[in-house]
Parts: sequence; C-alpha cells; structure tokens
Amino acid sequence: MAYTLSEYESKRLLAEHGVRVPPESLAASADDAVSAGDDLGYPVVAKLCGRGIAHKSERGLVRLGLANADALRAAAGELLAARRPEDGDAALLIQPMANGRREVIAGLVRDEQFGPCVMLGLGGVFAEALQDVAFAVAPLEPGDAAGLIDALEHRAILGEFRGEPAVDTAALAGILEALGRIGLERDDVASIDVNPLVLDGAEPVIVDALVELRGEPS
Amino acid sequence: MSGVLERFAPLFNPRGIIVTGVSAHPGKFGTVTFHNLLSRGYEGGIFPINREGLESFGHPTLKSISEVPKGRADLAFICTPVSVNEDLLRECAAVGVRAAFVASAGYGESQDGLEAERSLVALGEELGMVIAGPNGQGLISTPVSMCAQIVAPYPPAGPISIVSQSGNLVSSYMNYACLSGIGVSKAISCGNSAQLELADYLEYFAEDPETSVSLCYLEGVEDGRRFLEVARAHSARKPLVVMRGGVTRAGKSAASSHTGALASDDRIFSGVCRQAGIARAETIEEAYDAAASFASQPLPKGRRTLLFTVAGGWGVLTADACVRAGLDLIPLPDDLRSKIDGMVPSRWSRSNPIDLAGGETRDTIPEVLELMASHPDVDAIIYLGIGIQAAQAQMFRSGPFWPDHGLDRIGGFHETQDRRYALAAAEASERNCVPILVASDLVYTDRDYGNPGPLGVRESGRLCYPSGHRAVRALSHMVRYSEHLQRSGGAARC
Repeated sequence: MAYTLSEYESKRLLAEHGVRVPPESLAASADDAVSAGDDLGYPVVAKLCGRGIAHKSERGLVRLGLANADALRAAAGELLAARRPEDGDAALLIQPMANGRREVIAGLVRDEQFGPCVMLGLGGVFAEALQDVAFAVAPLEPGDAAGLIDALEHRAILGEFRGEPAVDTAALAGILEALGRIGLERDDVASIDVNPLVLDGAEPVIVDALVELRGEPS
Repeated sequence: MSGVLERFAPLFNPRGIIVTGVSAHPGKFGTVTFHNLLSRGYEGGIFPINREGLESFGHPTLKSISEVPKGRADLAFICTPVSVNEDLLRECAAVGVRAAFVASAGYGESQDGLEAERSLVALGEELGMVIAGPNGQGLISTPVSMCAQIVAPYPPAGPISIVSQSGNLVSSYMNYACLSGIGVSKAISCGNSAQLELADYLEYFAEDPETSVSLCYLEGVEDGRRFLEVARAHSARKPLVVMRGGVTRAGKSAASSHTGALASDDRIFSGVCRQAGIARAETIEEAYDAAASFASQPLPKGRRTLLFTVAGGWGVLTADACVRAGLDLIPLPDDLRSKIDGMVPSRWSRSNPIDLAGGETRDTIPEVLELMASHPDVDAIIYLGIGIQAAQAQMFRSGPFWPDHGLDRIGGFHETQDRRYALAAAEASERNCVPILVASDLVYTDRDYGNPGPLGVRESGRLCYPSGHRAVRALSHMVRYSEHLQRSGGAARC
C-alpha cells in the first residue's frame, strides 16, 4: 500500500529535511487566499490542493500569474467551485509566481537492487519524449550531484543558454543530495517527484512536489 | 597477508589440487580438467580421483580422496554428480582442502536443485571451506600455471583478472587475451554464486598484487549497495571494466511516481558505474580493449589528444570519432608545428591530425613521436596506420621478382622500420607517461605474414587496435577513469 501526500504536505516534508521551498500558504476561502496573496506579493499562483487531487493541470486547477487581489479572488472562487466530492479535503494553495523558461525534474525512487536512487532529468514540454534523465544511488557523495548534471545529454540547457545564466549548481546539488538523504532516513517514503523544478534565472525553484508514502494514510 | 588474500589463496594459489570424476573417458569433465592441468604445466601437486583406480593419460589415479597425503592439496575441483559431492567434500576437508570449485550442474540453476545448493552452502560453512560455483566452468591462475577448467582456452600470463556470471564470457575474454597477447592473471566463472559472489572476487582482485585491472561480465547483483561499495573501493585502487547483460528489462520499481516510471535497470546501472568509476563497455571487444589498455598504457592526465597518421582518411575518420567521444582534439601547438616544419617537406598537414604526407626520412617518425609525447599540452596520442610499408614488403616477397632488382634491400628496410616505429611509440609513451595507442587493420590482415608493425606493438607488450575507432573508444575509457580518480582525490599514475 502507498498513498500520496498533498502538494503542501509534500513540500513541508522536503523542508523538514533541509530543502529550500518557496513560501506558500493554504487558504480555506477566497478571503484567506487574498490575505495570503497580499502577504506574498503579486503575481501569485493559486492551486487546488489535497491528497486526493492528482492531474491538477489537466483539470484546470492551477491558475498562474494572478496579478492582483481581484484576479486572485476570482480564481479562488472558481477553484473552490470546481471541487468534487472525491477530492476529499481540498484547500487553496497560494504561491509566489516562479519565472523561468527552463524546467528540470528531480526525484527519488527505490530500486530493488540498489535501494534509494536520486533522479535528475530535463523537464518541460518535451521531457517525456526526450527522456533525458540520470540516476545516482543515495547517498550522493561529493561530486555525485555534479556527475548527475554532467550525465544529462542536453546539459547545455543548464549552462548559459539564450540569455539565461548557468544554473546555480551548488543549489541544485543541495536539492539532489537532500532527496538522497530522505531516501536513507525515511523508510516510509516510497518515492518523490519534484516536477517541475523551475530555473528562475540561476536559481532552481521547487514549484511542485509529490511525496508517496508507504502504508495507510494516517 | 590480508584476510581477503588469505581467504582466496587456496583457490587461486593452491599447493595442490584434487580432481574428482577423472576417468579413462576423454569426454568426462574430470578427465578434461585433469588434462588441462597437466598440459598447461600446473606447478603444484595434482591428485586425480578415480573409483576404480584406472590410469588416465598414463598417470596413476587414487581410488579415494583419503589416499591424498594430508596437507598436500588445498583445492578440490569437483565435477561429480550432486548426490556424491557432499561426501567427497567432507573427505577433502579431512585431508586439508580449504577451497573447492564445484563445476557440477544440478544445483540452484533449476528449482529441483535449490535444496542441494542450500545444503552445499551450509556444508561449506560447517567445514570452513571456500566454495566457488556450483555450475561453473572453472578457474585459471597463470602465476601458478593452473588451468582448472572444463573448457579452453588457457590465455597468456598478464595483469588482467576476470570474473563472470557466465562461463562462456570468461572464454570470450580469454580468447581476446590469446589474440592480443595482453594476458590474464586469474579468471573464474561464478556459476550459481552459491557462496562466493561476483563482489567477493572483485574485493580479492582489488587487493591481489598480481592484478592491475579487473574485467567483469554480470547480469545482476545480489546486493546492489555492497556491489557499489566494493566497485568504488576497487576503482580507487585499480580500474574495473564491466559489461552488463540483461539491461533491456523494464525497471522493477513498484512506485507509481513519474520518477519510478523513468527508472530502468539500465539507467540506474549507468549511474552506479558513473559513481563507482567503472568503465562500462557494451561489447566484448570494447571491454577487452579497455582492460588491455589499462593493463599496458600509462593513464592520460586529461583529454587533450593528438592524432598522428601516415595517411589522410584514417586521420579524418578517427578525428570524427574523437570529437564524438568527447576527446579534446587540440589545435596543433605552435612550437610543435615549427619543430616538425624543420624536419619534413612543407606538404605535411601542419595541423592535428598530423599527417607527414610521406615526407618522412629514416628517423622522422620516432623523433616526431617523442616530440608529441614530451609536449606539456598533450595528454594522449593515437598513431594510425603502422605496418603499411611492411605490407608492401610482403607484396615484394610474395611476387615474382623477389629478391632481385633491389627488392630485398627496400623490403627489409621497410620491415625493420615498421618494427622500430612500434617500439619507438611504446618507448616515447613510457618515457613521458603519456598513452600512445597504435591502430592498424593490418593486425588482422597480415597475421599469416607476421607484419612487423603490429607484431612490434605486440612485442612492446601493447595492444595494436584494429581501427582508429576502437583506439578512441579505449582512450575515452582511460580518460574518464583518470578524471574519476582526479575528482575523488587520486592522481593519474604512471
């Protein structure tokens, strides 16, 4: 048995293990959402968030680039109205808008032979077609994270690319190493997807994450 | 002696060997093994066991293991039926045997034999005996001239040690050793890996002073994390070349995540190789070329590569292969260009690849090899086309005009020169601690003639690569290993 934590819970788990995640707030109502948006500063993103909610994008449950309180209030109302009974507990998740044209994916998986393994891959619209990914067995020793970045066929995209700066490799390595640590320290974590990890300039920003836990939901 | 060396000593360096199942029938595995031990000149005692005491190859046999003088044999080669093996192993232990290679089939490779295999492992533990196999083709150890195998070949001695989860890949690797002359120290097929598994042998090879590089074939590992740890420690001391089969299977992760869907055996194993500094090869020849290169060449300090060719097309093709492999085909250094300018007519290429365009005289090639190898901006050299002049000498020799019209003089000169170039390449390489890989397809085509170019490379103890592409592939394995050592705090050695 395994179940998936909500996006909010997933990111809290990452944060508990030293991964830097952007500030974000859960909101139960449109009013709460606006007050969270005011605190974060606009533009913001609003999503419907809950353990039962997968395929957010396909269902139109992600609203990007909300420029002010009015836009956020309207979006919040629509998202709350889009809730379905099978979604279970679902609330609004308000986040700052990450700007970046380059996306990567990172993750953790348990291999039968090698145990917890960290993944890094290219993200974005062509990710599935390209399948440009690399794995490393946890724990990541010094140099292993750099090796993962180097192992991507299209690693040039992470360098200086069309006016974008090269990715902050130390920050990206920090995230990858932390994923490996979680794999070793938390037996109950079956897998992690960090998708996407948006490169906001040089900085890798965790925009969405899902943690799959073994066992029954508590 | 370290614990590992001591544990494996009776297997690879035994004082004497008991062979069970020897008969008068030359088709039986015991008889074949007895033959192979006798014929390759094993230095220790050989004790063939035959229940009737019949002669084999004119040698008397012993009716019972108990007749073996105590302490004279510490290895048993077992190729008798499963039903009698446990009794035989007890008798072996009683006369001082400390290790066994069990070649017999009928163990865990099929459902019916699982219990017998568990029982064999338990017996090994009870007797304090190291057990290799079962269901393996045997082992060799050239430092003691031991060919304890039920199959051919027996390779020349050398610094490569081989372990494989499939016996026929041991034979394949050893066939390449016979072909190239870059030889083998120890080789063993794991069989069913009942007690000793691949990682155990790698741990031994890492410590064995007679092994300078290990070569593996594997399909799966019992304990992935231990394999990674052992491989990492091995690579920190000496190179490890691995070919893995069965990687096209789908991944076995049960996770429902995106990451889980992308995890395949092949991708995860690639990661393991990168982390552990393993040179991973896809084909048998690539694996052997890599191992032979590690065994016979100094490690490059970086990827700055010069090509030296006696003819245009090979240089162009090999340059393409270098670029694709990520080697750094450097612009020809100015000081090197002006030195060569003073040595040959101006039609030479004046760039990398260096092509002298036939302008060389008697001593030019050895001198240019030394200039390249001693240049501080050069990490590696590939030398293409050795032996083409000697190949013409062979045309002269086999034609109707030999030895008249001065053909013997010019033919002899070409042959002497090509051998000299091969030796000069090895000397410049050793002197400057820079790898020089010599490639020529004449290593295949002029085998009967014995072309002195490729033969000279062999005489120098090195591999003559059959093509520029294979030299590039081997060099890129050496470069990656060298970079792995540098990243993990080691240094390229000479």
